[in-house]
Amino acid sequence: MRTDLNVVKSWVQPNAHILDLGCGDGTLLSELAAEKNCTGYGLEIDPKKINACVKRRINVIEQDLDTGLRNFESQSFDVVVMSQTLQAVKYPDLVVDEMLRVGKKCIVSFPNFGHWRCRLQLVLRGRMPVSKTLPYHWYDTPNIHLCTIKDFQKTCFAKNISIINRTVVSTSALDQLIKKPANFFGETAIYQLER
Amino acid sequence: MPQDFPADSVGLVTPASVELPQAVTLACGRTLHNVNIVYETYGELNAQKNNAVLICHALSGNHHAAGFHSVDDKKPGWWDYYIGPGKPIDTNKFHVVSMNNIGGCAGSTGPMSINPDTGKPWGIDFPLLRVRDWVTTQKMLMDALGIPQWAAVIGGSLGGMQAMRWCVDFPDLLRHCVVSASALKLTAQNIAFNEIARQAITSDPDWCEGHFLQHGKFPKNGLAVARMVGHVTYLSGDAMGEKFGRDLRSGTFATGTDVPVEFQVQSYLRYQGESFSTNFDANTYILMTKALDYFDLGREFDDDPAKAFAATDSQFFITAFTSDWRFSPERSREIVQALVRANKSVSYAEIEASQGHDAFLIPIPRYLEVFGTYMQEIDT
Repeated sequence: MRTDLNVVKSWVQPNAHILDLGCGDGTLLSELAAEKNCTGYGLEIDPKKINACVKRRINVIEQDLDTGLRNFESQSFDVVVMSQTLQAVKYPDLVVDEMLRVGKKCIVSFPNFGHWRCRLQLVLRGRMPVSKTLPYHWYDTPNIHLCTIKDFQKTCFAKNISIINRTVVSTSALDQLIKKPANFFGETAIYQLER
Repeated sequence: MPQDFPADSVGLVTPASVELPQAVTLACGRTLHNVNIVYETYGELNAQKNNAVLICHALSGNHHAAGFHSVDDKKPGWWDYYIGPGKPIDTNKFHVVSMNNIGGCAGSTGPMSINPDTGKPWGIDFPLLRVRDWVTTQKMLMDALGIPQWAAVIGGSLGGMQAMRWCVDFPDLLRHCVVSASALKLTAQNIAFNEIARQAITSDPDWCEGHFLQHGKFPKNGLAVARMVGHVTYLSGDAMGEKFGRDLRSGTFATGTDVPVEFQVQSYLRYQGESFSTNFDANTYILMTKALDYFDLGREFDDDPAKAFAATDSQFFITAFTSDWRFSPERSREIVQALVRANKSVSYAEIEASQGHDAFLIPIPRYLEVFGTYMQEIDT
């Protein structure tokens, strides 16, 4: 399991009712069901991943996040999770608003574009960053709204969204050793938000 | 003989029939006595009796969902792509029950049956039915067959409405509700198409106020037009374009000739209308379209379908097809939304398909896969 999902899992309270936006193959929901007795639904658009969810009996609803969450009632979930998907949606700021409407709290994780390796590639090579967490080229990437930790926090502040919790994770030993500043040494940022 | 059939076919099947031991009280208040039900089963009922699934048919369907009635049959049952050994509704795993609904015209009691009060065919006097009447009689067949609970109730279109109604009337008697290309209720446009079909039938000079059988007549042309209208709405514009384009069957547009032109799509439609109208009863068509129009799952629940689903612990699998404009994905998303509000276990797949409403009858790789996956994971 991806490290960011472990952090997400640790932030979810037992018995929570969860909406997982971009739930992939349902790993997070199935582990939360098994370990914390959580219930809920995942939204996904990839047919293969939907099939994988159906196979492991995770409730999965085929839905494009760019069409919004209007079909979900306000405050109807304890937690709305979106891991590594924020950067791929058309209107990330509106999606976060909707997550906070539908859920009592929300947990978001995204790749940090302010990580030193990204900065280095842009400054030294003059190329758009390509890495393990961001393996695409500029023309074929689904990640159309990349941001840095600083960008994200500024947006939250401007929108009056409270950051309840933040963790950064990284796969490299160097990052794990130095840690700060997070916007330099964090590969992936995970936030818990409320309004 | 059976070696003539494909390996993944249920092979030769023989319809069975049973007379229901009790009279059936209908939603309209009337009572039917000595109701006969024709049905087929495929696959064995296991010792625990927990592997039975019910197939609910749609407007023009019947009990013959899979396999062949004789070696000479050109076509198998209407859902043969989806029912059989190794298919999504795997007959190695499930005991499949498929009945002809009452009001039908394939052997179960309906408008072509004899009205015991008059000794003549019921015709238009056959009681108007609602979806719940089919569920009532499906439950009576279930009892007659000694099945304590369905592993799944499965249906597309009007069949999906029956599957959902099971959750209202017998919420504990199904573990899974599988609904394809259906709706909580029809739209005005959908009712309008049904009305055009009914008007076509009742405008036929041989309609005889619905008692054509007593007069030895049949409103064949009207029924054919009704079917043509329906058929066009069950296809998508793209599918018709792909299949026929503007191809001509006969004639020419060359100047200097006045040979009449016939498009391929014209001849196809006429063939569809013609073959349907020789095999189907006009009163059944009217009755079935009315049942479709009247259905509204939330009506008795303050127009809240989530309340209609409240009583069941069944799990749901909902599918829709992108090019279906008669029962569009939007309608299926309404079902899903109601189920989420009711906090039910539900999965939803929106299948990319160009074939319109008829897509659920056609072998579409993604539908075969995800439907099969869902069915495989049902505990028996």
